[in-house]
Amino acid sequence: MSALASLPVQASGMDPTMMWTSIFVGVTFTVYLYIGWRNRVTETRGFYVAGRGVPAIANGAATAADWMSAASFISMAGLISFMGSDGSIYLMGWTGGYVLLALLLAPYLRKFGKYTVPEFVGERYYSETARVVAAICAIFVSLTYVVGQMKGVGIVFSRFLEIDMWQGVVVGMVIVAFFAVVGGMKGITWTQVAQYGVLIVAFLIPAIAISAELTGHAIPHIGLTASDIAQKLNAIQTDLGFAKYTEPFASKSRADVLAITFALMVGTAGLPHVIVRFYTVKSVRAARYSAGWALLFIAILYTTAPALAVFARYNLLDSLHEAEITSVETIEIEGEASELYHLARPDGAGGSTPIEWATNWQRTGLISFHDVNGDGRIQLDNVDGHFAEATIDRDIIVLSTPEVARLAPWVIALVAAGGLAAALSTAAGLLLVISSSFAHDLYIHFVDPDATEAQRVRVGRIMIVLAIIVTGWFAIHPPGFVAQVVAFAFGLAAASFFPVILLGIFDSRTNREGAISGMIVGLAFTASYILGNKWDIMFAIERPADWVAPWFARPWFFKISPEGIGTFGCLLNFIVTFTVSRLTPPPPAEIRRFVEDLRVPRAAE
Amino acid sequence: MASPREPEPPSETRRSSDAAAYWRANTRLIAVLLLIWATVSYGCGILFIEWLNRFSIGQLPLGFWFAQQGSIYVFVVLIFVYAFAMDRLDRRYGVEE
Repeated sequence: MSALASLPVQASGMDPTMMWTSIFVGVTFTVYLYIGWRNRVTETRGFYVAGRGVPAIANGAATAADWMSAASFISMAGLISFMGSDGSIYLMGWTGGYVLLALLLAPYLRKFGKYTVPEFVGERYYSETARVVAAICAIFVSLTYVVGQMKGVGIVFSRFLEIDMWQGVVVGMVIVAFFAVVGGMKGITWTQVAQYGVLIVAFLIPAIAISAELTGHAIPHIGLTASDIAQKLNAIQTDLGFAKYTEPFASKSRADVLAITFALMVGTAGLPHVIVRFYTVKSVRAARYSAGWALLFIAILYTTAPALAVFARYNLLDSLHEAEITSVETIEIEGEASELYHLARPDGAGGSTPIEWATNWQRTGLISFHDVNGDGRIQLDNVDGHFAEATIDRDIIVLSTPEVARLAPWVIALVAAGGLAAALSTAAGLLLVISSSFAHDLYIHFVDPDATEAQRVRVGRIMIVLAIIVTGWFAIHPPGFVAQVVAFAFGLAAASFFPVILLGIFDSRTNREGAISGMIVGLAFTASYILGNKWDIMFAIERPADWVAPWFARPWFFKISPEGIGTFGCLLNFIVTFTVSRLTPPPPAEIRRFVEDLRVPRAAE
Repeated sequence: MASPREPEPPSETRRSSDAAAYWRANTRLIAVLLLIWATVSYGCGILFIEWLNRFSIGQLPLGFWFAQQGSIYVFVVLIFVYAFAMDRLDRRYGVEE
């Protein structure tokens, strides 16, 4: 289903939602530009690691904004709402990694005190090859990830402000380009702090309103736990022939849930744009606290989302199932004629109340009805895992909440600004990683090692601009594989960076030979499994019906889905790195001293 | 919480063995915290979720609560506990910045 249609527009005059959206987007963008300008930098330290002057709590907020993407903001609650209990793979998977990061990686990488992740890999394993491999991985992971963000910006613009998607992408590119090029990491950091504020307020207000309406508790977490909402939802689900919402393993096997959760956790801890945020704080101690603040800020959204998922699903089923069709008109959605159902809820006293949000959102194409059995009512019973007479896009869960809860138009506008903040903040962090990997790890290191400070910063800026242009082009002309990249980004980070960095710190016997062979084996295994399972979707090629080659068949490895295979890529990397290191000569003495120094917060005299 | 019982602050001559003791205390703390991390997420949230769902917290099945709420709260607490505990450990071994 296309998500590019515009928000419901009122019949005539200047629509208040669009007016408020224009105001909020205008104000927040001006603030981001101002912050970027205020924090402009002239030297490498400022450009790549914000001069290492970021306070722990500010870095926490910046990391949270960096981490929470357009998908976290707009799609995650809806995804969970449609998955029920098994939605925990995303909730635990995308938060649990911060524990690994805080305990196992962040303090030591801060002590290392250089600029990039590939730089650490290169120095610890005394190998240019390792640095190049790591830089290419970092670029690939970040580039695939950032394309989705730019596309998210375009979608929000087109949906809320009714301008073409490509124009939205261009506006987003210009804004990010400005504060990233002028301010580097410093500009990005302080913009992300502001963006965190916008996105969390935008997420919480509708969630609080709908919680108060459905459960009588203003705090969604308490509404979810203390009220009988989940039991009522379970009862409706059972009536309609779906599994109970709180029943585990309804959509995925236990083994798959374990594998995906672990792959997402380890992948999170291994993503370069997250790790590099911990290079920007003042000290090792600040890196530890900063990880705690980051997860606290993330947890505010990640513990509200599952409550919102329950509330929204309950409201959807409760109000739409057996709703009366009062009239049907024919409208045009994206050039195609489709039916617009006017629905109403019988109030038990002979009258009925129209369900206005359902009417409005049909215009976006995100929800549609079809009275299959012609009984003048809408049924949502389970037919092969789908609703009998409705098609509902999961994004509607977050986007329609303000209207479902009958909130003012400015709240809807705030949600638009929040979605943009989430997408722009993540895009900026990713672009910096791409730029630093190209400029610092590849260009400066191999082509022009004697570059002056001014030259280094200039190369970094040029690389950001190039990265933004490439990204924007992909966002407007997305190749088929973009939708599949989440599995790739996390799987590759889990199978490459995490084991190599962890062993680099905790096992001083790990050597160059071990690390390189571990990375290659982990990457090859993970990439080939994901490609083997998804090549037809990625490259839009039809899979031959009589395809028999087992490697390329649907999940062949204990039926683990491609999203979870990073777990095994990671374990394979550990085993190979550990074994090969013990069979080859130990690392030189200065590497052992390097590792000993990493482990102690105080700088060596 | 793990309370490391290591010898008192370092003298110049014993620096390397103190560094080793500091590292042992650190890794022991990490192991304890990661055990809790794995127990709440993989244990309560996945492996024993059906069994825990026989109990409830408020009106929500307990296993479901761990999977979608409780484990995340515990994650946040674990990171701050580690940061506090490492502050003490850094001071005890005189390695703070």
